Amino acid sequence: MIERSRVVGGLFQFFCIVACALIIVMLVVILGNIVANGAGSITLGFLTKAPESGMKSGGIFPAIFGTFALVVLMTIAVIPLGVATAIYMHEYAPKRSRIVHLVRLAIQNLAGVPAIVFGLFGLGFFIEFVGRGIDKAFYGGNLVYGQPAIVWAALTLALLTMPTVVVATEEALRAIPQSYREVAYSLGATRWQVIRRVVLPQAVGGILTGGILAVSRGSGEVAPVMFTGAAYFLPELPKQLNNQFMELGYHVYVLTTQSPDVEATKPILYATVLVLLSLTFLLNFSAIMIRAQIRKRLRYGR
Amino acid sequence: MAILSLILIFIFIGKEALPIFTSAEIRKEANLGRLFLPRAPRAGADTELTWQPVSENPKYSLLPLLAGTLKVTVIAVIIAIPLAVLAALYTAEFAPPWARETVKPAIELLAGIPSVVVGFFCLMVLAGWLQRTFGWTFRLNAVTAGIGLSLAVIPIVYTVCEDAFSSVPQTFREGSIAMGASSWQTASRVVLPAGMPGVLAACVLGFGRAIGETMIVLMASGNAAILSLSPTDSIRTFSATIAAELGEVVVGSPHYHVLFFIGAFLFLITFVINLFGHWWVGRLQKRLQGAS
Repeated sequence: MIERSRVVGGLFQFFCIVACALIIVMLVVILGNIVANGAGSITLGFLTKAPESGMKSGGIFPAIFGTFALVVLMTIAVIPLGVATAIYMHEYAPKRSRIVHLVRLAIQNLAGVPAIVFGLFGLGFFIEFVGRGIDKAFYGGNLVYGQPAIVWAALTLALLTMPTVVVATEEALRAIPQSYREVAYSLGATRWQVIRRVVLPQAVGGILTGGILAVSRGSGEVAPVMFTGAAYFLPELPKQLNNQFMELGYHVYVLTTQSPDVEATKPILYATVLVLLSLTFLLNFSAIMIRAQIRKRLRYGR
Repeated sequence: MAILSLILIFIFIGKEALPIFTSAEIRKEANLGRLFLPRAPRAGADTELTWQPVSENPKYSLLPLLAGTLKVTVIAVIIAIPLAVLAALYTAEFAPPWARETVKPAIELLAGIPSVVVGFFCLMVLAGWLQRTFGWTFRLNAVTAGIGLSLAVIPIVYTVCEDAFSSVPQTFREGSIAMGASSWQTASRVVLPAGMPGVLAACVLGFGRAIGETMIVLMASGNAAILSLSPTDSIRTFSATIAAELGEVVVGSPHYHVLFFIGAFLFLITFVINLFGHWWVGRLQKRLQGAS
């Protein structure tokens, strides 16, 4: 009896280990394949030049620049919105109230909405409704903002990444000892002063984590920006808010699926993927490091 | 300031559904009538179910798309769930610290890979391997896309399961071991059943993620709306249809509104799935906290 149970137990553990190993092997295969094929093609020229001769040679600078501009605009939109929501939920709203519950539910659901639906929403709301509205009101019906543009793509992404920022900020707010707030109140500070002078400075790390995670998520998403502003190929960099732009992820998609000569674009394609992957991993890694610091503080209660 | 942002979220969510619904309703009725889910008989010929939005008489049957979506989602879930659940059980119960410190960051890394990159890998590398190994007719098919999709589902299922297993009170394990059970018996007969609602919720959330994922299926599934049961046929999913066709569609045409209708449908499905999944997770936590 004992023998049999030992065998079954061993098998069970073995399967668990195999499952873990499989996941790690898949990860290693993907990363290994991309690094091995892509590393050779990354040169300074590749990072600083525009695509040439039907994207078979040249670089990806416009895509890098476009992604960067997109992400900066997105951050400007998402940080104040996300932080304000988290502060309201954690500092102002009464604990366990219905409204906090509702907001939390909304945020959880927002995080689960498919990226492509955000793309549709961006097209239907920002471009067709807001953009056309602005055009009618200020530009006499000329097409200025009622078309795919970098602002609309950035706002769509901001919505997509808002849950990340809210969750990270809330975690940071929770890590601040309640006694800090009590001391500030006892010195006669108002609620706003407490938040402005005590809570926010302490929460900067968490807000930063959320911001970085949002940027990492946003820079890799393609589906939401496909219809809201990303362009197939543009010789110029975006200069105004209503310009279209090139994006790294979309560039990967275009090169993979719409290239007339797949073999010829392969080195460039792999290199582009590697750049995109390094960018997101670097951002994720720094966010994880900052978060580990905050968690440590939370655990020891300082 | 805070209340303003709060209101903004709700407006955003409301608006998300509204233009899709209202405009889709207005236009759909005029042109499409009931050519939707029921069969689309064409000019006295055989009844057929085809998605052919760009043609002389456009056919908008959503059934091939639905079949494709379900096929690829089910394949992805079948691959992802055993792997993720067993891995979570291992890290929560047996793993020595060094193994836990390897698996967890690996999963976080996996979650951090943008879905275009997974799609790219499936299309460029995986599809070729699989076709050479199994001799399939179509290079891009439901299985290829399903494997890619499972990579996107694993992190979610793993995280939720891991949370569920580690929120099982320590006293459960102590009691079981005190009765003379071995560690695997404790894991499979005590921890797994106690965390079961969490596992189910994880499956539901993973399903929700898989059904809406776009870039992987767009790149790796072949995008042919074929209504069949074979998992090695090419397929076309709801999300990929939107992604592939919205770029070229005429704004305001019936086709355009059908695509928005599909979007609303996807939104609704994932919304219900997520609501349900989170509700379930919350209930489990409450129960386990009460028990400890």
